[in-house]
Amino acid sequence: MHPNQSSQLEHAVLKNYLLDHAYDEMFSGPGNLHRHCQRLLEHFTSLPMEELQRRKQAADLSFLNQGITFTVYGREEGTEKIFPYDLVPRIITAAEWQTVELGLTQRITALNLFLKDIYNEGRVLTDGIVPREMVYSCKHYRRQMVGLQVPRNVYIAVCGTDLIRLENGEFVVLEDNLRVPSGVSYMLTNRRVMKRIFPELFRSYNVRPIEQYTQLLLGTLRSLAPEGRPEPNIVLLSPGVFNSAYFEHAYLARQMGIELVEGRDLVTHDNIVYMRTTNGLRRVDVIYRRVDDDFIDPLAFRGDSILGVAGLFNAYRAGNVTLANAFGTGVADDKALYAYVPDIIRYYLTEEPILNNVETFLPTRPKEKQHVLENLDKLVVKAVGESGGYGMLIGPQSTKAQREDFARKIEANPRNYIAQPTISFSRAPCLIGDELEPRHVDLRPYVLFGDKVTIVPGGLTRVALNRGSLVVNSSQGGGSKDTWVLSE
Amino acid sequence: MLSRVADSLYWMSRYLERAEHTTRLLDVNLNLMLDENAASAERRWQRVLQALGRPKDVKWEGDPYALTQALTFDTTNKASILSCIIAARENSRHVREQISTEQWHRLNSMYLQVTGPEMQMERQAEALAAGIARPSEFLQSVMEAVHQFQGVTDSTMNHGEGWQFIQVGRYIERASATALLLEAYHADLWGQPERVGEGNEYLDWMGLLRSATAFEAYCKVYTADLTPDRIFEFLLLDEEFPHSVRFSIDSVQCALEKIQGDSGKSRAEALQRLSGRLRASLSYSSVDEILSQDVVGYLGGIQAQCRAIHETIYELYVDYSIQAALAG
Repeated sequence: MHPNQSSQLEHAVLKNYLLDHAYDEMFSGPGNLHRHCQRLLEHFTSLPMEELQRRKQAADLSFLNQGITFTVYGREEGTEKIFPYDLVPRIITAAEWQTVELGLTQRITALNLFLKDIYNEGRVLTDGIVPREMVYSCKHYRRQMVGLQVPRNVYIAVCGTDLIRLENGEFVVLEDNLRVPSGVSYMLTNRRVMKRIFPELFRSYNVRPIEQYTQLLLGTLRSLAPEGRPEPNIVLLSPGVFNSAYFEHAYLARQMGIELVEGRDLVTHDNIVYMRTTNGLRRVDVIYRRVDDDFIDPLAFRGDSILGVAGLFNAYRAGNVTLANAFGTGVADDKALYAYVPDIIRYYLTEEPILNNVETFLPTRPKEKQHVLENLDKLVVKAVGESGGYGMLIGPQSTKAQREDFARKIEANPRNYIAQPTISFSRAPCLIGDELEPRHVDLRPYVLFGDKVTIVPGGLTRVALNRGSLVVNSSQGGGSKDTWVLSE
Repeated sequence: MLSRVADSLYWMSRYLERAEHTTRLLDVNLNLMLDENAASAERRWQRVLQALGRPKDVKWEGDPYALTQALTFDTTNKASILSCIIAARENSRHVREQISTEQWHRLNSMYLQVTGPEMQMERQAEALAAGIARPSEFLQSVMEAVHQFQGVTDSTMNHGEGWQFIQVGRYIERASATALLLEAYHADLWGQPERVGEGNEYLDWMGLLRSATAFEAYCKVYTADLTPDRIFEFLLLDEEFPHSVRFSIDSVQCALEKIQGDSGKSRAEALQRLSGRLRASLSYSSVDEILSQDVVGYLGGIQAQCRAIHETIYELYVDYSIQAALAG
């Protein structure tokens, strides 16, 4: 199908822009542009290709110079690479955003209530909404958190939810990231670069600003400080320079004007956390931690961790320091528990979910297991404990042997697997070589929860830059683009 | 400021100073070597090794180019130029958000330059000897890069506590390196009065001055009339020459006072005493007095005091015990 009806749509730059059944972020059908993409396409077709390439180079150089890089593991000293960046912004209308915003606010509110509940009374378990064994068998469940009061009852201060669009354009939740979500620095720097290289286009749209994110994050962290600490000392705890997100840690600390600390900078004494400064020890009140639960306190969790702070958990228990996010939030973004989130929303808020889940089958439910085993060639099977595309079976692309292997694994350990229909998420135009071509994208907005829920209008749009690929991870050919949320 | 950050900035700076010093020493001696007969080579290169504190596992085996290679590129030698630059860059990477982008760029491109693939050829001692690769070109470029880094540091970084730690690192390294350099030359220049008239001494004197970038500065003060006592006075006691021991210690003292002011330390007394005493002894001594006593012992004393200052800085700002800090 060729979307060629007007002269603009016959432009050479679109000659390989083929539509398929996936939702397209630019065309509503062959020859029909979404109204809000009109000016975008005009702009990109009016500029000579050399000019576009020149701007692309300027953008790449800007990322390199700013040191906006991630670390590729596996080499001796760690290699730094820039995160590939696509020049064409992804546009979200005001109406679309409103649904996303309401839906995410509802979802994080419910998930937070769920965490409070399971670490306290456990009503949701008693009432049979979520099976007990589903919670207690989760490897991110922390029994150390049982009965512990967290400031403002906020467990999830920062979350980055992955959304995708179905073929009908509906936004659905693919994954909740409730532990240490990353990528927000790319959202912010993408915008900065975009405003520099496409000022005219940017001005012609009413794009809502996102630059206030770091200030909002700081406000969120401050609102969670322990009582009686009116001028809290807030720090960002990073695993250190060898972590792949180190650039982001340094960037956020600098933008918020707080100290970037590592485990070895912190000490605890009498259940109070201090950082070592040249001026002696200074008390720490709030820790925005970018270190996983497992590694954060060798006394409470993994004893072999050298990234953590011995005694931190006791100080936290004593209420002398706040951690954002709290420990044990990972139980609520478990891949199998995900299937229960719509029920969790209904249970706590007595509302229907605004954002739906992707249809998910749990082999722990006998009927669904039957369905999964019969349809392995059509489904995507994911291992619950894995991420980044590991431990996955993509039915339509699998061999018989692989399917048999997974069938055995599912029979042996049904709790460890989920299955979903193979979905082809939406595609947005990207500048590939000298042409615009559609590529699959997702969207990760960042939600902040302190005294209230705040979502900056935007997010990180990740792109699977390889043709036909659905993998948006930066380690596997993924890139990103700026995301414009319109104010009208 | 975080102790870890202060520690990294201090060492980044020390390592670069060390790289620069080694580079200059090699460059000067490779150059002067061409003017003299092969017989005196051993004495010259032994002196270079002594001035560098006799790095472990590096021996004079009769080939100046092999020695240069070991002191420049051998990463098993932790004091080689390459090792120093790698260590400086690694330290700066850990405090990437504390230094300016310009600083990071300058240091990172220096690192990429010296570790890059085109350097593989330079690493071959045979190539050096055969004159295919020119060590002096490489050494010059390292010195220039270090100088640029210092310029960028001074003009783009806040002159706050972090910058002061950079100053302390640079000048404490420089003070002890200059003292060690004088000690290494002492036997040849002052220890053997009968050598005067041998004819080569002028080259040695010039070499000593140039090893501390002091030749031109010396001539401005004393003219090109080189005498060992004046050279000694200049490198040790000159108030205005940035590589003299006195200037370095003045700078250390000045930076430490700023740090104490910033961090409001009252526990800094021991450190003040150490650096103040060394500074006073350099400010109020005359060269005749020093030369009439045990010069090598005196120079060794300066180095020992530098080490003591270093250790006290660590006890005070970086590696203090939690109990002491809570009590204080």
